Amino acid sequence: MLKILKYSFYDLMRSRWSYVYFLFYLLLGTVLLFLNNDLSKAIITLMNVIIVLVPLIGTIFGVMYYYNSKEFTELLLAQPLKRNAIFLGQYLGVSLSLTMSLVLGIGIPFILYGIFRSDSIWNFSLLLVTGTFLTFIFTALAFNISLSNENKIKGFGYAVLLWLFLAIIYDGIFLMSLLLFEDYPLDKLSLIGTMLNPIDLSRTLILLKLDISALLGYTGAVFKKFFGTNFGLIISILMLSLWVFIPMLRIIFKSKKKDF
Amino acid sequence: MITIQNLHKTFKKNSVLTGIDLTINSSGIYAILGPNGSGKTTLIKSILGMVVPTQGTIHIMGENIKNNWHYKKNVDYLPQIANFPNNLSVKELFKMIKDLRGNTQADQELIELFNLAPFLNKKLGNLSGGTKQKVNIVLTFMFNSPILILDEPTTGLDPISLIRLKELIRKEKTNEKTILITSHIMSFVEEISDEIVFLLEGKIYFRGSIAQLKSQTQQPNFEHAIASILKTSYA
Amino acid sequence: MYIRCIRYRITKFQKFLITILIIGIHTTASYSNTLIVCKTCTHQTITETVNTAVAYDTIIIKKETYKEYNIIIDKPLTLIGKNYPTIDGERQGEIITIVSDHVTIDGLFIINVGTSYTEDYAAIRVKKSKDFVIQNVVLEKLFFGIYLEKARDGKVYHNKIIGDAVEEYNSGNGIQLWYSKNITIEHNFVQRVRDGIYLEFSDDCLIKNNVSSHNIRYGLHFMFSNKDTYEDNTFEKNGAGVAVMFSKKIKMSRNFFKENWGSASYGMLLKEINDAEISENTFEENTIGINIEGSNRIQYTKNNFINNGWAIKVRGACYTNIFVQNNFLNNSFDISYNSKLNDNIFNNNYWSKYTGYDLDKNGIGDVPYRPVKLFSYIVNRTPETIILLRSLFIDILDFSEKVSPVFTPDKLLDHHPLIHKIE
Repeated sequence: MLKILKYSFYDLMRSRWSYVYFLFYLLLGTVLLFLNNDLSKAIITLMNVIIVLVPLIGTIFGVMYYYNSKEFTELLLAQPLKRNAIFLGQYLGVSLSLTMSLVLGIGIPFILYGIFRSDSIWNFSLLLVTGTFLTFIFTALAFNISLSNENKIKGFGYAVLLWLFLAIIYDGIFLMSLLLFEDYPLDKLSLIGTMLNPIDLSRTLILLKLDISALLGYTGAVFKKFFGTNFGLIISILMLSLWVFIPMLRIIFKSKKKDF
Repeated sequence: MITIQNLHKTFKKNSVLTGIDLTINSSGIYAILGPNGSGKTTLIKSILGMVVPTQGTIHIMGENIKNNWHYKKNVDYLPQIANFPNNLSVKELFKMIKDLRGNTQADQELIELFNLAPFLNKKLGNLSGGTKQKVNIVLTFMFNSPILILDEPTTGLDPISLIRLKELIRKEKTNEKTILITSHIMSFVEEISDEIVFLLEGKIYFRGSIAQLKSQTQQPNFEHAIASILKTSYA
Repeated sequence: MYIRCIRYRITKFQKFLITILIIGIHTTASYSNTLIVCKTCTHQTITETVNTAVAYDTIIIKKETYKEYNIIIDKPLTLIGKNYPTIDGERQGEIITIVSDHVTIDGLFIINVGTSYTEDYAAIRVKKSKDFVIQNVVLEKLFFGIYLEKARDGKVYHNKIIGDAVEEYNSGNGIQLWYSKNITIEHNFVQRVRDGIYLEFSDDCLIKNNVSSHNIRYGLHFMFSNKDTYEDNTFEKNGAGVAVMFSKKIKMSRNFFKENWGSASYGMLLKEINDAEISENTFEENTIGINIEGSNRIQYTKNNFINNGWAIKVRGACYTNIFVQNNFLNNSFDISYNSKLNDNIFNNNYWSKYTGYDLDKNGIGDVPYRPVKLFSYIVNRTPETIILLRSLFIDILDFSEKVSPVFTPDKLLDHHPLIHKIE
C-alpha cells in the first residue's frame, strides 16, 4: 500500500491541478493577510472558504482521479498486490496531496506573516486540522461513489450532488425541521443533526472557537455540556474520525467484491 | 497450468460466461477468439482475478485464485488500453512496476528493441497511443513469468514494432511459456497461434488447432472458417 | 507627633486624607493623641481603645489577630493598621460600624463577618456619616463588604474584597451604596460576592479603576441612581455583567467588559436608562455585549465590540439612541432587534463584516451596511438553530434578505460605514 501511495502521491504532486489548488490557497491567504492586516479576520474568512471549498475539491478531485486512472488501476490489479492496498494507497495518495496543497498554500503566507508569534496559532491549527479532515472525508466519499458507478458522468453527477446536499441542502432541511418542531426540546436533535454531516461537524469545531460566546447564550443542558466543556471538541474530533474511517472501510469492502 | 472448471459470470442480469471448462497444461500460444460480447475479456479478467466469478473455480499453477493475489507473480498481463499516471515519466513507471514486482534486467533489452530510449524521461501523459502501447509491452515482457496474457497486443503499433512483437512472442514460446492472446486481427492470430479457443455466448464453442478448425468448417481460409461458425450460430 | 506619624506615611494618594484631617484640626481646633493597640500594650482591644479615644485621635493597630465585632466608631477617629492586623469577627455579626463624620479606616484585614437572613451584616458600615475614608482594607469571608448607608462625600480606595459566594440568596455585595451621595470608589478589587459594587438611590458617585470579577450576579449594579460616572473599570467573568437600571445621566467610559458568559448574561444591561453616555468601552467575548431595554437618548461612541455573541441586543421600545464610531469586530451577530428601529441612528461605525467598497477613497463605504441579519431573527425564535451559524445555507439566506429585506427592519442601516477600524 505504501508503494502505491508513494507513486500516486508523486504523480499528483506533479499534476497541474495540485499546483492550481496550491496557488489558489497561497493567493487567497496572501491577499487576506497582507491586504487586510487582520489575522483573526483572515482566519475567519478562510474557515468559511475551507468548509465549502475543501469538500467540493475533495469530491471532484477524488472522482476525477479514480476515473482517470482506471486503466492503470487495472494494470495494477493484474500485479501481485492486494486489492485493498491498491485502492487505499490511491485514496491516501490523493488525500495527502490535496492536504499538502492546502497546508502549504495557507501555511506559507501565515508563517511569513508571523503566525507563530501570535495568539491565533490555535485557531490557525484548527483551520488546518479541519481542512485535513474534510479532505480525507470527501476524498473517501468520492472513491465510494466512483467504486459504485462505472459510468463516469453518473459518478461526477453524484459527486456534485453529494457536495451540494451536504454543503447546502442538508442545512436547509435541518433548519426547516428545527423551525417545524420548535415547540419540542431540540438540543439533542440539533446536535445529532450536526454529527451526521461532516461539513456541519467541522463547522461546529469552528463555532467552538469563534462563537463560543453566542453558543453559551442558549439554555439547554445538553448544549451547555457540549459547548461549555471539552466534551464538544472531543466528540467532534471522534465523529470526524469516524467519518474518515467508515467510508474507508467501505472502500475496502467494495473493492474486494468489485469486477473490473 | 491453467485449469478452469464450470466458470459462470453474471453481471447484474447479463450472463456473460455460462459454464466454461478449460484446461491448458502445456506451453504454447493460445488465441482466445469470439464475436463481440462473447466473454473473451471477462474470461481473461477472471483468470487475472479482476472479475470475481459467480460460480466455478480457477487454478493457476495449482493454486486456487479465489481471495489470493500471490499467484499473480506467475502471470504477466498486457491490458487492452494503455493508460498510465500522466505525470510520471516512462522511467519512473518502469521503476515503480519493478518496485512492485521485483527487480529485473530484461527491460533494457526491450527498451532498445522498441526504440523507447528517447522517451524515457518524458511524461506518460505526453506520449502517443502507439508509444504508450510499446511501454505497455515492455512492462509485460520484462518479467519472466510462466504465463503471459495479451489483450489485443497489436493495437496502435507501427509495422516494425509489430514484427518485433511477433518475434518477442515466439521467443517467449520457445522459453516454454503459456501465452493467451485475444485479437481481432485474424492474420495475426493465424500466423502466431498454436491453438484456438473459440467462445460463443459464454461457452467454449471450439477448441483446437487452426487446421482442425478449417477441416471442421470445410473452409480453406481461416477468416472464412471463423465467419462460417458465426453464420451457422446466427442462423 | 500626630503630624509626624502621618507625614512618614504620606503617599501620593493620601493627600486627600491629609486635607480632610487638616481641615478637621483647623475647624475643631482640638488637641489630638495617638493610641496604640497590641496584646502587650495598655490598649489591648480595638473596641476598648475606640471607647477611650477622644475625637480626632489616631489609633495605631499593631499586627495581631483581634477577635472582635460590633466595633462602633461614634467620633471622628483615624484607625491605622500596621502590617495588616486581622480582625476576626468569628461570624458573630457586623464588625465595624461608623456612625460619625471624619473617620478613616486604613490597612486592616477583616474576616468572618456574620451571615444573617434578616440583617445585612457588613465588614465595615458607614451610617449617616460624611467625609470618611476607607482604604487599604482586605476583606475575606464576608457577607456584605463595605456598606455605605445614607453616607456622603466619602472615599473607598484601594481595598480588596474576596468573597466565597456560591448562591445568590445567602450572599451579600462587595461594596454597597444605599441613599449615598458623592462617593468615590477607586482602585478596588472585588470578586466572588453577589454584586461586586451595588448602588441604590445613590447619586453623583465616581467609580473608577476597579476590577470586579467572578461575582455571582453583577460586577456593577445601578438601581435608581443618577448622575454617576464609572470609568476605567474591568468587569470580567461575572454571572451577568454590569446592570444599569432605572437610572438617569450615567456616564460610562473606558470600561472593559470581558467573558460574561451565560444564557442571561451580558457585558452590560441597560434597563429604563435615559440620557446616558457610553463611550470608549471595550466589550470582548460576552454572550451579549450590551442588552438594551426601554432606554432612550443614549450616545454610544467609540466603543469596541469584539468577538461577542451579540454585540448589541435591543429589546422593547428604545428611542433616540445614537451609535457613532464604534468598532464591531467579529461578533457572531452585530445587532439584534426585536422591535422597530424607531429613531435610533447608526452612523460611521466600523463593521468587520462589511463587504462594500470605497471607490472615492474617502474612508467611508459607498454602500450602506445592514447590521441586522435574518438569521438573528431565526435564532431569536428558535434558539437551537444557532448550531447552523456560519453555514453556507444561512449565508445564502442572509444574502437574499440583504438584497430585499422582508423580516428585518429595512431602514436599519449604517449609511456611512467606515472602511478602517477606529483606533
